[in-house]
Amino acid sequence: MEKIATRQAYGKALVELGQKNEDIVVLDADLAKSTMTIEFGKRFPQRFFDMGVAEQNLLGTAAGLAAGGKIPFASSFAVFATGRAYDQIRNSIAYPRLNVKIAATHAGITVGEDGASHQMLEDIALMRALPNMTVLVPADAVETRKAVFSAVEYEGPVYIRLGRPALPIIYDDSYCFRLGKASVLKEGDDVTIVSCGVMVSYTLEAAKKLQEEGISAHVINMSTIKPFDASSLIESVRKTGAVVTAEEHSIIGGLGSAVSEVISEQCPVPLFRIGVNDQFGESGPPQQLMDKYGLNIERIVEAAKMVLKKKHK
Amino acid sequence: MYSEELLNDLRSKARLLRKDIITMIGKAGSGHPGGSLSSVEIVTALYFHELKLDPTDPAWEVRDRFILSKGHAAPLLYAALANRGFFPREEIWGLRKLGSILQGHPDRKSTPGVEMSTGSLGQGLAVSNGMAIAGKLSAANWRVYVLLGDGEVQEGMVWEAAMASSHYKLDNLTAFLDYNGLQIDGPVDEVMSPSPLADKWKAFGWNVLTIDGHDFESILDALQKARETKGKPTMIIAKTVKGKGISFMENNADWHGRAPSAEQVKQALAELEQV
Repeated sequence: MEKIATRQAYGKALVELGQKNEDIVVLDADLAKSTMTIEFGKRFPQRFFDMGVAEQNLLGTAAGLAAGGKIPFASSFAVFATGRAYDQIRNSIAYPRLNVKIAATHAGITVGEDGASHQMLEDIALMRALPNMTVLVPADAVETRKAVFSAVEYEGPVYIRLGRPALPIIYDDSYCFRLGKASVLKEGDDVTIVSCGVMVSYTLEAAKKLQEEGISAHVINMSTIKPFDASSLIESVRKTGAVVTAEEHSIIGGLGSAVSEVISEQCPVPLFRIGVNDQFGESGPPQQLMDKYGLNIERIVEAAKMVLKKKHK
Repeated sequence: MYSEELLNDLRSKARLLRKDIITMIGKAGSGHPGGSLSSVEIVTALYFHELKLDPTDPAWEVRDRFILSKGHAAPLLYAALANRGFFPREEIWGLRKLGSILQGHPDRKSTPGVEMSTGSLGQGLAVSNGMAIAGKLSAANWRVYVLLGDGEVQEGMVWEAAMASSHYKLDNLTAFLDYNGLQIDGPVDEVMSPSPLADKWKAFGWNVLTIDGHDFESILDALQKARETKGKPTMIIAKTVKGKGISFMENNADWHGRAPSAEQVKQALAELEQV
């Protein structure tokens, strides 16, 4: 199966957008070769600004460019873009609701060998907590391209979470990404599994295994974490009566939290969150890390069976 | 050089802004008089002489931009905007009150003429860089002005941005540093010395001018020199007095963020009448 990293798709989408729209400008903080903004930089050097290793300045400058009528994409690794520059995002972008697109790569534990300092597991929580912020976590290269285009159509701050490793392609070009709408990848009646990003392809695999055992999973890709598509979730959960969430993020504050908030208030059912369990990561090959921290197909299958059991109690 | 008429007009505007600042903060019961008063001449020169603006069209695309990076001097910015006609003067008496268009620190969504939401120190220069780059990309020829505090430059981000302004040769950017020498905890040189300020900005590749920040001729001269300087941004280090114009507030860090009582407002206004 063809695999492409979401950051690769982002880099290509930027070049496409740059050709179409003179107002697109791109900023990076000395990671252009990794975030893939380098391609835009080569094609449109007058509209590409390397800020050096200075993420606060990266986000602050992007805010000024947006206030000056441009559509800036600011990129760095997720850990620096959101952690290092949180106050700049809060006060200079989200509060004044400026049209800045923060496209952060190397999110999550799949950063791998660089270790915990670079494995951002709290960015969804940080960005989701900010008023005015839209949060997107695309699941593959196709969705990434469409999400990046949608972010330009939308006026306001957007956080786009991208990853380092090559990921399986889930969607074909006919896929219609709608900002703020969940994408149902498989209909099912027994259990709802909601995931985002890297975990979506795992969830589809888990759903197949469950099917072999006679369990029908309803699979939702919640690629827009905010604004949260509560109605798609509730519709599914009213039918299935059990939910599993899966994300490459801390179980605190991310997709699992967003789902829990809605479910506990509007239709309480058995629920289990898969994510990194309130701890830092470590160095290692991405796949081994995913297994060690319980972010894999088997764990999703187990969790689905567990919530099903609780439902039938 | 400059006509007496112009200078007298600016001086009387400065006096009006000082009175408004004192009255606003007095009515609000909280706010930051010290650093508002020290920057009065700078902001007066900008809003009543230098900036290309249209108060009837705050979003005029090619306007010059002013960013108050030391956002706690909001009362000064509001007084300038109100007296320049961006919104009715009555609004300034609502400062800091629930539902007012005048937030405790500037918010670009709330107030006509406010270019950037500020208040978390250190961010205005980077934002100004972005606006200056946008101006160059648009070939719109607008200029960007930013006012920083001397305590504010303790923020590391200021120096990230300072590096970028000169790296990108932002000669359409002019910065002022209100060097009043005091911050909340005391003299800046005792709290965390930013000295030598001029050398630092020079080393970061800026054209640096040091002036008396209460003298209009010096301010206007510096602005002119900044406009004529090509290939680099200009930093105007303005020596000022915190609390300038009110005897009991001058050079007293206690007045950084404290409102005067009704009695003190009366005394301050009386002092300003005598100028």
